[in-house]
Amino acid sequence: MKKHTLAVTVENKPGVLTRVATLFRRRGYNIDSLAVGETENPSISRMTIDVTGDDKIIEQVSKQLYKLVDVIKVVDITEERLVTRELILIKVKADPSVRSEIVQLVEIFRARIVDIGKNSLIIEATGDAGKMEAIEDSLKPFGILELVRTGKIAIVRGPQHF
Amino acid sequence: MKLKGAEILLQSLKQEGVDTIFGYPGGTVLPIYDALYDSDIRHILVRHEQGAAHAADAYARVTGKTGVCIATSGPGATNLVTGIATANMDSIPMVCFTGQVASPLIGRDAFQEADITGITMPITKHNYVLERTEDVTRIVKEAFYIASTNRPGPVVVDLPKDLMEKEIEYEPYNSEVSLRGYRVMKGCNYGQVVSASELINKSERPVIYAGGGVIASDAAEELRELAEKRKIPVTTTLMGMSAFPGNNYLSLGMLGMHGTRYANYAIGECDLLIAVGVRFDDRVTGKIAEFAPHARIIHIDIDAAEIGKNVDVHIPIVGEVKEVLQAINKRIETVEEFSEWNQTIDRWKSEYPLRYGASSEGRIMPQHVIEKISDLTQGEAIITTEVGQNQMWAAHYYKFKNPRSFVTSGGLGTMGFGLPAAIGAKIACPDRPVIDIAGDGSIQMNIQELGTAVAYKIPVIVCILNNQYLGMVRQWQSLFYGGRFSYTDISSQPDFVKLAEAYGAVGMRVKTTQEVDGALREALKVTDRPVVIDFRVDRMADVYPMVAPGESLLNMLGEE
Ligand SMILES: Cc1cc2nc3c(=O)[nH]c(=O)nc-3n(C[C@H](O)[C@H](O)[C@H](O)COP(=O)(O)OP(=O)(O)OC[C@H]3O[C@@H](n4cnc5c(N)ncnc54)[C@H](O)[C@@H]3O)c2cc1C
Ligand SMILES: Cc1ncc(C[n+]2csc(CCOP(=O)(O)OP(=O)(O)O)c2C)c(N)n1
Repeated sequence: MKKHTLAVTVENKPGVLTRVATLFRRRGYNIDSLAVGETENPSISRMTIDVTGDDKIIEQVSKQLYKLVDVIKVVDITEERLVTRELILIKVKADPSVRSEIVQLVEIFRARIVDIGKNSLIIEATGDAGKMEAIEDSLKPFGILELVRTGKIAIVRGPQHF
Repeated sequence: MKLKGAEILLQSLKQEGVDTIFGYPGGTVLPIYDALYDSDIRHILVRHEQGAAHAADAYARVTGKTGVCIATSGPGATNLVTGIATANMDSIPMVCFTGQVASPLIGRDAFQEADITGITMPITKHNYVLERTEDVTRIVKEAFYIASTNRPGPVVVDLPKDLMEKEIEYEPYNSEVSLRGYRVMKGCNYGQVVSASELINKSERPVIYAGGGVIASDAAEELRELAEKRKIPVTTTLMGMSAFPGNNYLSLGMLGMHGTRYANYAIGECDLLIAVGVRFDDRVTGKIAEFAPHARIIHIDIDAAEIGKNVDVHIPIVGEVKEVLQAINKRIETVEEFSEWNQTIDRWKSEYPLRYGASSEGRIMPQHVIEKISDLTQGEAIITTEVGQNQMWAAHYYKFKNPRSFVTSGGLGTMGFGLPAAIGAKIACPDRPVIDIAGDGSIQMNIQELGTAVAYKIPVIVCILNNQYLGMVRQWQSLFYGGRFSYTDISSQPDFVKLAEAYGAVGMRVKTTQEVDGALREALKVTDRPVVIDFRVDRMADVYPMVAPGESLLNMLGEE
């Protein structure tokens, strides 16, 4: 069992996300993370899907995805050299006495403070999943009020086009 | 020329070569029905939308063309669902049109609104909601293209009422279908064909395991050529029954849970399994780890996702069965002599034939009825079935001569399939006898379609093997639940003869073995209405051989 990252190119049409999600649910595959958005071509969207399974399961997932008429291409990019990013927004408790400590942490992670409230801060960070976890862990002691994160998006380094 | 959306729809159907559609009207499809009023497309008015779906499905199974059905929004559309799922499981090309509430009302829980595209997403090959009248021609073209190519399957097209009423300038859709995410499979891997042919030429104990894909690909002739050239015994799945003649000396009949002993023994002993257009269903393999344990496996299938899905194979070939077999056949060296393997199989066939005893109740044995039907129609009828024991006995005892002759719900196992399917098949093939082999339980699930058959003077014959039980379930209760027949006794039932007569059909009751032949002969003479024969069969007859679910195919229950 291993985590795989699939780059799935799909028609940018209503219902496509449902088709993909329905397929995963019906066949019992687990989505660890899914992010979707338009690409440089507005008629095409790209999904980045993280799914855990042995090689046989991943092969079935890809073949079943391919069978969806709205799916144009499926590439397992796990073994490629990737740039991966997630975005996280964290609202953390911050009364004046701890603010400077938080600001320092934010700098270490090269994150940003995007909003300052009376007793709270909103922090924005991007990076890979490991960094997201690290930043979350370091802010926990201050009291996290709210946290949202996107799924992972990924792109392969170098000139090839996937 | 300005036309309404509904008229454009019918023009597009004609362009696809559609001559018959099965359907049932209602509010949101009124514009389409209004256009049908003047159209030369034949519309068959069923009595329940499920019947329309099964009839269209059977029309497709016997002709190879795409079946078409139509229903109104809401309950009409949801009534199609079982029929769509049935076609999907058996990979049958079908296009279903559903009415939808007018576009501005969608999503507001309007009267008779149901999200049929959402509901059918997991049971269709693809589906559409029409958004603009301008798209009708393209979507119809795509729907038929998708339904009928590669691995066939049902496509649903949902049509909001306002878009069917709207008038626009009509232009036929003349260009090729272009879908980035869907390519029709052409050719196959040459290297794999060569390896497969070599393996076939040198194997000593080969078996062909053929299924629905042979029928879909119209490759029965190629299959027979391969088998006869190398004298390879052929076993078929339930879905592949009519792909290989039942009376051919190489035929092993069906394999699997209710396979013949000799077919299952052959799977156990073979050194090469040539799997052609099959999907290694659990009803076929039994315990996977013990399926064809000594064999190398060649798997030919058009759907890459089927390769390695349930069983690891040595030589996968993705492609159209017909094309692949033609390529293989060119490389096959003919053998004249029967091998030791052929002799072993002949021995099994004579030692362990399909057999049944006499009725302990002095009643008709259901198997006998089917043997009679097979003899009287010389294996040339179209047989539809319901689900359960009746279906298995039909597979065992009818000796099919021609492909596309066995119309049965294999994957979903839909009770109530047989009668509407018989109607669809008879409409497609009016010159062939069409017989529904039924159980007394299943027939009551779509019995209303007798009304359709009477209205259109469709002479289908319904042979009810009446054991007054939900027989197949009762059999499992006998074997696995200590004979506790929980809710499977259905001896409270209508008088099927009177029921038939009430509909305007011919009704007959047959209580003794001697009468079977005469009743069938008489039924085969009727040309202007359906016939229902109520055969009072042995109540406790069971289907054997049988492999308990999850067991090895070699552990067959029943007398040897
Ligand atoms: C009560 C009951 C008992 C049953 N018992 C048995 C039993 O004992 N034995 C048995 O065999 N079945 C039995 N069945 C049926 C079983 O459930 C399956 O429906 C059946 O085994 C599947 O048949 P198949 O493998 O031929 O596949 P199908 O469902 O017919 O699928 C066809 C395969 O061929 C491929 N294909 C389609 N078109 C092409 C083409 N043009 N070229 C190449 N490939 C193509 C498809 O991708 C697919 O993989 C039973 C069903 C019921 C209801
Ligand atoms: C719609 C539906 N409901 C339930 C079942 C489960 N089931 C399978 S076989 C069977 C019994 C069928 O009885 P009958 O039609 O009398 O046929 P027999 O087995 O007696 O030949 C049942 C209930 C089914 N296959 N389909």
